[in-house]
Amino acid sequence: MPSHDVLVIGAGLAGQRAALAAAEEGVSVGIVSKVHPVRSHSNAAQGGINAALNPGDSWESHAFDTIKGSDYLGDQDAIEIMTREAPEEILHLEHLGVTFHRNEEGKLGTRAFGGASAARTYYVADITGQAIMHVLYEQLMKYSEQVARYEEWFSTALAIDEDGECCGVVTRNVADGSMELFQAKSVILACGGNGQVWKPTTNALICTGDGIAMAYRVGAKLMDMEMIQYHPTTLAGKGFLITEGARGEGAHLLNANGERFMEKYAPNKMELASRDVVSRAEQTEIDEGRGFPDGTVALDITVVPKKRVHEALREIVLVGRDFAGVDITREPIHIKPGNHYTMGGVKTDVDGRTDIPGLYSAGETACVSVHGGNRLGANSLLDTLIFGRRSGADAAARAKRIEGSRPSRQVLEQEDAMIAEINSREKGSGRRVSEIKLELGQTMDAKVAVFRDEAGIAEALETVRRLKEEAKSAYIDDHGSVFNQDLLGAIELGYMLDNAECTCVAALERRESRGAQYRTDFPERNDDEWLKHIDLEQTDDGPEISYSEVTITQWEPEARTY
Amino acid sequence: MAEYTIKVRRFQPESGEGPYWEEFGVELEPSLSVLDALLQTKDREDGSLAVRCSCRAAICGSCGMKINGQSGLGCKTQIGEAQERADKVASAAGEPVAATPIVIEPMGNMPVVKDLVTDMESTHWTKIRRVTPWLLPHGEPPEREYIVEPESMIDITQSMACIQCGACVSSCLSMEADPDFIGPAALAKAYRFVGDPRDAETVERLHDLAEDPHGIYDCTHCFSCVDACPKDVAPMDQIMRLRRRAGEEGIEDPNSGHDHEIAFVKIIEKKGTLDESLLLQESFAPGLKGKLKPSKRAIKEMLGSIPTAIRGIRTGKMRSLSKLIPGIHHKLPDGAQDEVKAIYRHAEEHNEEFNLYIKGDEGELAEIEAEEAANG
Repeated sequence: MPSHDVLVIGAGLAGQRAALAAAEEGVSVGIVSKVHPVRSHSNAAQGGINAALNPGDSWESHAFDTIKGSDYLGDQDAIEIMTREAPEEILHLEHLGVTFHRNEEGKLGTRAFGGASAARTYYVADITGQAIMHVLYEQLMKYSEQVARYEEWFSTALAIDEDGECCGVVTRNVADGSMELFQAKSVILACGGNGQVWKPTTNALICTGDGIAMAYRVGAKLMDMEMIQYHPTTLAGKGFLITEGARGEGAHLLNANGERFMEKYAPNKMELASRDVVSRAEQTEIDEGRGFPDGTVALDITVVPKKRVHEALREIVLVGRDFAGVDITREPIHIKPGNHYTMGGVKTDVDGRTDIPGLYSAGETACVSVHGGNRLGANSLLDTLIFGRRSGADAAARAKRIEGSRPSRQVLEQEDAMIAEINSREKGSGRRVSEIKLELGQTMDAKVAVFRDEAGIAEALETVRRLKEEAKSAYIDDHGSVFNQDLLGAIELGYMLDNAECTCVAALERRESRGAQYRTDFPERNDDEWLKHIDLEQTDDGPEISYSEVTITQWEPEARTY
Repeated sequence: MAEYTIKVRRFQPESGEGPYWEEFGVELEPSLSVLDALLQTKDREDGSLAVRCSCRAAICGSCGMKINGQSGLGCKTQIGEAQERADKVASAAGEPVAATPIVIEPMGNMPVVKDLVTDMESTHWTKIRRVTPWLLPHGEPPEREYIVEPESMIDITQSMACIQCGACVSSCLSMEADPDFIGPAALAKAYRFVGDPRDAETVERLHDLAEDPHGIYDCTHCFSCVDACPKDVAPMDQIMRLRRRAGEEGIEDPNSGHDHEIAFVKIIEKKGTLDESLLLQESFAPGLKGKLKPSKRAIKEMLGSIPTAIRGIRTGKMRSLSKLIPGIHHKLPDGAQDEVKAIYRHAEEHNEEFNLYIKGDEGELAEIEAEEAANG
């Protein structure tokens, strides 16, 4: 049985940062990922990473922007930690080799981003996530003796010992199909978000909520699952992301009449209001008939100087050219709000600890919560790094402290049986896995998106529960061992359905409008009743609801205008 | 919606059978990708078709493959364009163009695991690790950030843009001949450190890459990697930058490529046209010293080139025998030589590397300059 003091599941920014932090503490570390680490979705983060590092800026200002952005649902103690530690982390990354943009003096330069009161976003062209992640992977290669990498290993279940502590993980080696039970004193889930539950989404195909579902299934609490971010600028159809950096560089949003409509919705911040605000504004324009026939509005980047576009928005030039056939330096590009980010997730404290001893979570899988009802652009990379590092360090400290227990082989046998059962389903006995995924994605995008109401969410929940039944007989074509993606797809479908059910239940429960949760039947924010987190715990009858306090340190909730 | 036929080179390792071709019909918009076609096939017809993929937007680097023989990303190749290319290939081969299938194969220069999935670990990643792919600064880091030229960061951002998809490796002709060649992706990665002013072991890195017989001089300038790269990293350009830096460090190039280049430049500066009889000598032992006392390598190379010179005379390519005598080549008449020198001066004053990564294509460059001029 492979054994490590700390085992990290997921190798995006949060996972890699956690692994490096744990290794620094001198414990043995393993990092397991269902794809090669550099394929992780942190790649897709384009615009940058926030930190109050400039002399004129302050962490308090960054914290306040984040809290206001979160619509006061973010926990202020966690936000304080994140914003205070941000400058140090940026400098650490710079010292490791990240090629951050420089100003004319050769110092770190910044760009403006949405919802922020200062230009505090550090960046590498518009490949910031990729640039940071590749540098962290360089470090993993450098420290290969301290950190064992299990690349293309797919995790199916967590192992919990008799005392209710997490002590390992069952994973499948994708290359040959062998199942392995890993022992660990601490397990960190850093598996990203659940964007694939929606269709279309900006998220990669691998973002199927694996970590959230695995934690939920062993009894960890989930939090704020109703808070799903729709990004204001995604391509219609495929859902590809156009970075907020485009608006940061000065691009305008126009409706079909050529009006810069943000004047009506956010007269001060205009295009750089919080994402939930901009997405609602766009959707309102589209719903009220001022959009284009393809259900979009336009993003006009032609107002940004060409040289600047080529230097700072290069990826967007390529996305426009290759995926929309549009030269963004010459004409506006059609965009719409699209599924983008999971603010909710596995409930953790500021050191990544979940309700289950030994089980940690960080990054998009986790909900600390620093994003509350709405994440600010360029705060997600920061979240992954700060809480990845803190989880890694605390997980290592725990590993040094405890004896650790040996996971029972029972969990491995269960997972073997689960796979054998999927393999035993006869072709044609049920629906194809892909059909169920498509219906799920379209349902969620129609009913649990920018604008929601009770009837729609209830309908979605009903559909999700039916699909859960149908998934039990969904069949696959591939019954082999080597690189059986068909089988992994069936397991991922199970993860996605658990995520979807939780989101529907929480969205139905929160009878107010806050951040990304906008209920047309309860259009106002209601701090008296709903300034609280919705927590969910698995039972035989589905998610059970409880509530927890929002931590407020020094910023009392106020009306939120941009 | 349009209908297409994709012809996939399949390999199912557990079947005990060798690789085989299989055709699938797909139906999708021409603007959708070859990867979309494969995913549709997986979803609707055959879930056992293996292909790595994740982002669908040319950023994760998973779906490297060969499409109609050309290495690239499945997600970045539009199916309509792939069809046009397939038709062009068929018509060039004199085959009927109607309903030509789009041919999809796993990447080259790598073992195949299953269908379109290749073993990148034993090839691509092993080569990447070969170049010590992490920053090697000296001493303690500064309290704040390292202060560096802004252009230096933009310069290496081109190689940082590499997504490790392996398309360049798949297309590399040198690697086909020499599987040990470090290759385009790993050498582009190496330039990312050599060009990084924060790295303190630049010279050591250059020696390492120049002295390895499978290193920077193993590249044959075939441009395949530049064509294949979906991110405009232009790996060959990065290799050429490494060579230039090695030359500047005085590292001996076994092919004398750098000195050869300098010899070209100097002779033309002096004479306006190329005095080929001087070229070899100047390449191996430049200057007066070389004339009086040519190096052994220069003599060897000059003797070795005699058959070429004889062939040149026989075929009429070399019309004047006097041109064989070093130094007899005349200068340009009148003031023409001054014009050549003026060109050199202009080039030196505008000594700026034309980096496509930053400036876009040439047409755009002109537009940008006009824009800047208009804005003062």
